Amino acid sequence: MSEHEHPSVVGQSRVVGLVIDAVLCAVSLMMLLPLVFLISNAFKTPPELLAWPPTVIPHQPTLDNIVSVLRETPLFRWIGNSLIFATLSTASIVSTSAIAGYVLGKFDLPGIPVIFGIIIATAVVPFEVYMIPLYLNVQSAGLLNTWPGLLVGYLVMSFGIFLIRQYVMTSIPDELLEAARVDGAGEGWIFLRIVLPLMRGPLGALAVLAFFQAWTAFAWPLVVMTNKDTYTLEVGLALFQTGFTVDTGRLSAAAALALVPSALFFSLMRRNFVRGVAASGLKE
Amino acid sequence: MRTTPKWLFPVLALLPILGLYGCIRVYPIVETLRLSLFQWNIISRRKPFVGFANFIELASDPLFLEAIFNTTIIAFGVVAITIPVALALAALINSRQGLRRSGVYEASVFLPHVVSLVPAAMAWKWIFDARLGPLNALIGWVGIPAQSWLFDPVLSLVCLIVLCSWQAIGYAVLIFLVGLKNVPDALYEAARLDGASSLQAFRYIALPLLKPVMLYVSVITLISSYNIYAQAFVLASDVQGAPGHLVRVLVLDMLENSFRNYRVGYAAAEAVVLLVIVLVLTGAQFRLFRDRSRA
Repeated sequence: MSEHEHPSVVGQSRVVGLVIDAVLCAVSLMMLLPLVFLISNAFKTPPELLAWPPTVIPHQPTLDNIVSVLRETPLFRWIGNSLIFATLSTASIVSTSAIAGYVLGKFDLPGIPVIFGIIIATAVVPFEVYMIPLYLNVQSAGLLNTWPGLLVGYLVMSFGIFLIRQYVMTSIPDELLEAARVDGAGEGWIFLRIVLPLMRGPLGALAVLAFFQAWTAFAWPLVVMTNKDTYTLEVGLALFQTGFTVDTGRLSAAAALALVPSALFFSLMRRNFVRGVAASGLKE
Repeated sequence: MRTTPKWLFPVLALLPILGLYGCIRVYPIVETLRLSLFQWNIISRRKPFVGFANFIELASDPLFLEAIFNTTIIAFGVVAITIPVALALAALINSRQGLRRSGVYEASVFLPHVVSLVPAAMAWKWIFDARLGPLNALIGWVGIPAQSWLFDPVLSLVCLIVLCSWQAIGYAVLIFLVGLKNVPDALYEAARLDGASSLQAFRYIALPLLKPVMLYVSVITLISSYNIYAQAFVLASDVQGAPGHLVRVLVLDMLENSFRNYRVGYAAAEAVVLLVIVLVLTGAQFRLFRDRSRA
């Protein structure tokens, strides 16, 4: 057998392996089927949408749904809004986590444990719990329907600070920092030139998580951004679909345009989704 | 030689971040706790202190009780489906580890997790559609009469559980795979020498080692299901004449109380209840963890 077998299954017969493959293929197909139908519905003509059994590959593929969705809704604008929002949020979360994670992990000052405790404590509280007071603040500051108002909810991530601190403590040796200090390097230089490059791995993982979190945000953008032109993609789609009752073709076209690129991207980045779990010590 | 004091850098670096935390995390959390003890309708200047009156009213508010009932059913329903299915899938995928197709299986199972909530819910809304949806046509084939999935109070809960489980499974599988890969190979070798089948090896070696991971995934899934909103908004809400039965979930009831009924204090009390649920779940997880490591 040329393929490498995992030790947990050595001795497993060929037949069992084929059965497992069959089951996994079936499950994979079932998991993907709703998305396959969504994409295929986007290209169907109204009569074909009513056909049974539903076709996977449209007989007469049409771009009408997509064209009419793009004419009726500022879909690209919503995608742009979501991209800007997610990028800014990611930038903020990555930089605050890098700085706070490093300081909390490597500096021994009185009060540091308390600060870390507070940051971790807020991580337990779901965003939905304190969303309303935060909204009232944004409102009284006159920031509704503005980028700062939208971003306020997504500037920091306690989990990110935790992740980076954990990494800094286990993977960046004190001797390295001390050596640089002995050589006369300033603290800012040490952080930017020595620590930051070493943190690229976990920061990359964190960036994917942060981008995903902002990209899929719903309740907060829904209440803060209330003009059709300032909607994020999720909110725009959700409100678009309430406006129609039956037009599956156009709904599917809008949804498919929205999800295909992002889902493929995040799926390729899937390892980053579990990196934090490994770091939090569950590994052992 | 250095003139700057040692504490200067960490203090300067942390201060802006602490300021942010104070403004956008600590303050609103404290404010939620405080507001829950007041009666306030946003506009009025009067904001009388009412003690626990909001909580007492919640205890007999049929809409809130409906919301908490629905949300609990959904959360536990999702866990009941997600954990066993994900565990089985992870075990199967793990047994094909090293083959190229295992990556394909993993990616397909994970994909639903990263599809944004709204498009995913829209895909399922069509599947569940009473007149055009393939689900009714499918069950019609095997002789079951068509159901109005999204109009029936019980079935619409089932639909939400299916949708949320479909999204949660991929993440759980991914974490279980990490757990399974950390089971030392030597243990499997030993089991094989003792004549154990691969099913037995999974049952008696991998499964016990996976328990903390299962606990972790269960709690994460429960907590995120208690916070669901987008899925219910798309699949089961009555906004603007979109057809369907409204499934009242906690976050929806909370937003309705504060933005439609202008009862901010009351909504804050609901938020506190949600917080208590999450804290209890998290606490239970830590406790079980500690008991295990002590044993």
